[in-house]
Amino acid sequence: MLESIKEFASTFFVTGDPLIYGADVSIALTSLAILFVLTYYKKWGWLWREWLTTVDHKKIGIMYLIASLLMLFRGGVDALLMRAQLALPGVEFLHAEHYNEIFTTHGTIMIFFMAMPMMFALFNIVVPLQIGARDVAYPFLNAVSFWLFMMGAMLFNISFVIGGSPNAGWLSYPPLSEMSHNPGPGQNFYIWGIQISGIGSLATGINFLVTILKMRAPGMKLMKMPLFSWSVLSSSIMIIFAFPILTVTLALLFIDRYFGAHFFTMTQGGNPMMYVNLIWMWGHPEVYILVIPAFGVFSEIVATFSKKRIFGYKSMVFSMMIISVMSFFTWVHHFFTMGAGADVNAFFAVSTMAIGIPTGVKIFNWLFTMFRGRIQMKTPMLWTIAFVPCFVIGGATGVMLAVAPADYQYHNSYFLIAHFHQVIIGGVVFGYLAGIYYWWPKMFGFSLNEKLGKWAFWFWNIGFYVCFMPQYALGFMGMTRRVYTYGWDLGWAPLNIISSIGALLMGIGFIFQVWQISYSIKHGERDKTGDPWNARTLEWSIPSPAPLYNFAIVPEVKGQDAWWIMKEEMKNGEEPKKAELEPIHMPKNSGIPFIMSVFWFIAGFGFTFTWTWMGVVGLIGVGLCLFARSFQYDTDYYIPVDEVKRTEASLGRVV
Amino acid sequence: MEHAVTHHAHDHHDHHEEHEQLKVLGFWIFLVTDCILFATLFATYVVLRTHTDGGPIGKEIFEVPGFVAETFILLTSSFTSGLATLAMHKGNVKGLIGWLIVTAALGLGFIGLEISEFANMVQEGATISRSAFLSAFFTLVGTHGLHVSVGLLWMIGLMVQLGRYGITTVTKRKITTISLYWHFLDVVWIFLFTVVYLMGVM
Amino acid sequence: MKQRGLFNRFTFFCLAVISTILLAGCDAQYFVLDPKGPVAETQYRLIILSVILCTIVIIPVLAILIYIVWRYRDKPDNKAPYMPDWDDSKVLEIVWWGIPIVIIGILGYFTVRDTYALAKPPVSDAKPITIQVTSLDWKWLFQYPDQNIATVNYVEIPTGVPINFQLTSDAPMNSFWIPQLGGQEYTMPGMAMQLWLQADQPGEYYGTGANFSGRDFAHMRFQVVAKPQSEFNEWVDQVKQTAPSMSKADYDKLAEPGQSEEMTFSSFPADLFDEVVNKNGGQYMEHHQMGDDSKDTESDSDGMDHEMMDHEHMNHDMSGQKAE
Repeated sequence: MLESIKEFASTFFVTGDPLIYGADVSIALTSLAILFVLTYYKKWGWLWREWLTTVDHKKIGIMYLIASLLMLFRGGVDALLMRAQLALPGVEFLHAEHYNEIFTTHGTIMIFFMAMPMMFALFNIVVPLQIGARDVAYPFLNAVSFWLFMMGAMLFNISFVIGGSPNAGWLSYPPLSEMSHNPGPGQNFYIWGIQISGIGSLATGINFLVTILKMRAPGMKLMKMPLFSWSVLSSSIMIIFAFPILTVTLALLFIDRYFGAHFFTMTQGGNPMMYVNLIWMWGHPEVYILVIPAFGVFSEIVATFSKKRIFGYKSMVFSMMIISVMSFFTWVHHFFTMGAGADVNAFFAVSTMAIGIPTGVKIFNWLFTMFRGRIQMKTPMLWTIAFVPCFVIGGATGVMLAVAPADYQYHNSYFLIAHFHQVIIGGVVFGYLAGIYYWWPKMFGFSLNEKLGKWAFWFWNIGFYVCFMPQYALGFMGMTRRVYTYGWDLGWAPLNIISSIGALLMGIGFIFQVWQISYSIKHGERDKTGDPWNARTLEWSIPSPAPLYNFAIVPEVKGQDAWWIMKEEMKNGEEPKKAELEPIHMPKNSGIPFIMSVFWFIAGFGFTFTWTWMGVVGLIGVGLCLFARSFQYDTDYYIPVDEVKRTEASLGRVV
Repeated sequence: MEHAVTHHAHDHHDHHEEHEQLKVLGFWIFLVTDCILFATLFATYVVLRTHTDGGPIGKEIFEVPGFVAETFILLTSSFTSGLATLAMHKGNVKGLIGWLIVTAALGLGFIGLEISEFANMVQEGATISRSAFLSAFFTLVGTHGLHVSVGLLWMIGLMVQLGRYGITTVTKRKITTISLYWHFLDVVWIFLFTVVYLMGVM
Repeated sequence: MKQRGLFNRFTFFCLAVISTILLAGCDAQYFVLDPKGPVAETQYRLIILSVILCTIVIIPVLAILIYIVWRYRDKPDNKAPYMPDWDDSKVLEIVWWGIPIVIIGILGYFTVRDTYALAKPPVSDAKPITIQVTSLDWKWLFQYPDQNIATVNYVEIPTGVPINFQLTSDAPMNSFWIPQLGGQEYTMPGMAMQLWLQADQPGEYYGTGANFSGRDFAHMRFQVVAKPQSEFNEWVDQVKQTAPSMSKADYDKLAEPGQSEEMTFSSFPADLFDEVVNKNGGQYMEHHQMGDDSKDTESDSDGMDHEMMDHEHMNHDMSGQKAE
């Protein structure tokens, strides 16, 4: 008996690596500390009522944000481990298998569990406020989305200490990711972690599309809508069309692994190349799903901090929409070297270059928004300005990669690595960070310390160039991605050590940000006005943080930059029209999203270890939760006028 | 469950009406995503159709009477679900529940036939792990069957709710969405019937 | 004070970095920028063209950015014009829709031209030779069907002769890359892909697997030795006389996961390459169905007959695969 338990434990838990033992201990200690704090301060009820069961988009947004910052930490540590291993030739810090796991989890976590939730954090916090709505279209579904993401992320992350991490790359091409070459549970963790959170992402896409189409404040025509909301609309449409493909692709891979089917196997008629096509039919739009909202963020920030209207609004809208369509016609450029023939390659090369045109136009429009403005160098604006050169260079190398014959030389080399990090960090991450700095006062009611923010900014930026510029050169020197070691003979060492130093600098930048946040929680300037940046859109017309119902009275929108227009009117002495307060209709909190997602987690965990009974139990639990929800009819309530009045008065507003 | 939408809706009834419409719109968009899901599975099937690895081909395992009967039953159930919606609009709860029962019974019959079809194939050695063609076949048709099964459970839940609450704004919306779902599955089956079965036996 | 100290250290660090980069320039070999054959040469020219075209855009954009950010900074004494409602200019918009369209147009033209050009063998008087490449876990097998010899983890080629590399894999997908001779192409199970390369100068070139394929992927390097035709012929003769022959069992042993030394064989099992392709799904690709259903093994030159497996044909197979 004891022997069999021992044997089970030794395969169940990841063993044999001091790094992982260290992580085990710190995870256990952190969990214990959290449990202790919650119990000692009697916060369990608070946690359940205020957070686990909330359907408030603002709180859900904050939870997304916290989760994504944690995942940024995990993904960043993975990156630093890799850079430590590659700093010099022949380093024996990580062995091959461990290195393979780390680059796999680094990529997967950064895209699925860092970038996606950070994007959803901004969606949730900003969109309803910006369009003058009191919540999203489906608040309950919104909570489901969040908890599915969270449970998917947890499931993926426990592979680190239980069962073993996936190691076939962030897109897990078969047959390397099939049972034949990868029998352990690691790959199942990958499939189920992404699958569960992917369903949540899909639901978020639907939710925000309907929210934006149907819940705008009266008077806000689509062509008067702020550009961030436009970017969310564009991104949501892409999610709706792209994510089902991901769901199917991962399901097929799992069917291969679990039922012994032959979609992507090498034997019995399977076709591994089909997986590569399918995953990139999702994967390429995904890149734009991530970057378009970042463009939206920049558009808001550049107008606010130049004290000027955005230049070429119609062009901006048009280019975003055209990108969202074209993004579905470029996927083959991820594997020109599959040799699909001159016709196919020529088509996809040209379509890929063409998508650079609307992107380039956006850059010019941002530049000319600043032109004849008054530029204030606050942290959100700093990130925005830093984004321009970074993204222009990244975009240019993207166009270089689109030249199909030349891509045969760049593909799978460090040139490619440098390129996509430049557009993902320089575009997506800079954008989201800028957005977080910008909307932080609205989320929490206090500003982040500018001075620490500038330190973080410079470390990030200089670190970025030091880390990734040498990698372009390494690509030309023939260094391929995903090698865990290399020799002295090819002269790769100096550039690699520089690159590692750059990664370290970005890590220091992140520490500055953590410092900045913890410092500002205590000492940050409280935002009494609700409009600390003298901004232009509706979210700044209400107190910070916004009350539960967002708008006591739903505003009437007269044009683009609605809040700016209102402010101008007030300056001219026009009295805002007084509207009668009405009871406000709100959704009730619900524990079902959380419980249902826990069942998904159980199902995912069961199937990961091929414990079918457990998987089935999980799925039955999910079904029961759906049933329970279907039978709930009492799901909403009204906030009485008196209470709205009291809340507004306490926030210093007269209504 | 959703909160107030814009406009100055004065009475609470309007709020509900609007929310229910919002949910129907959301459900349409969900159907778009489901459509893409099936499109991807169809594409996979078409690519792998000839990859039989020397195993059974479509002609050998598809039995014409079986899949014709399945088609007939499912089309009829789509028709009866239409009749249920008509009864709902007339405010006839009994008619509505009655037609839903007929629809569900036909759905159950369809699932029964499909399961026996699959069981026969497995007995003949045509299992999901025999060849890529069979993997694609079982996955595509099975996904549709799974959708129908989920629809059945959902329908049963709705019948109980109808019995309890009668025809209200909320139950009306629920019936509207499930009948959309049911018709959608019918359309998918027509493609399945053509691409998988007809082209398979021809 | 504290800041000043940090700043100094930072300057020192920057200097250190720059000097290291300069020093690194000495022994660094920029393979992609040092082409030794016509294919790599074409690709190199495209790279330079795209760099120039991109620079034409990047430099002005960066200059404009710096100018605007400096000129319109928010300082009380800034005399620059401030026009908070100016948000539209048809002329400017046409200019910056136009510039990228023109640049992409030029680059697109050359891309398409060279994409088609590289699908054909390099122009040469010499008769091409065929080398069949199989990527294994984690080693490279090269078969010379015309010479009936095989090598592992190194390949010798004659200079000035177009080489018709036929690529497949008997393991997870990899990618075959000799940067100084030309770009890479995937080696895929069940596919026989074609890659034309040619070395114009004798020498030893760096070759590597470029697509991650598992544990020892980092060790999948191979040496490419290019020598004049006569020396190449001598080498072939020598291999024929001295090297052992490879049996099917030897191949199976070789295909087992693990690293390998360089090896040389004076012969290999007939049709080994085709068998490997077919075994992994090749029978579903069109050319095999047409060609070998009737005469799978009897065809004397099934594997060597590159005329039959010409590129257009291959394309067709692949695009058929992907039509979704």
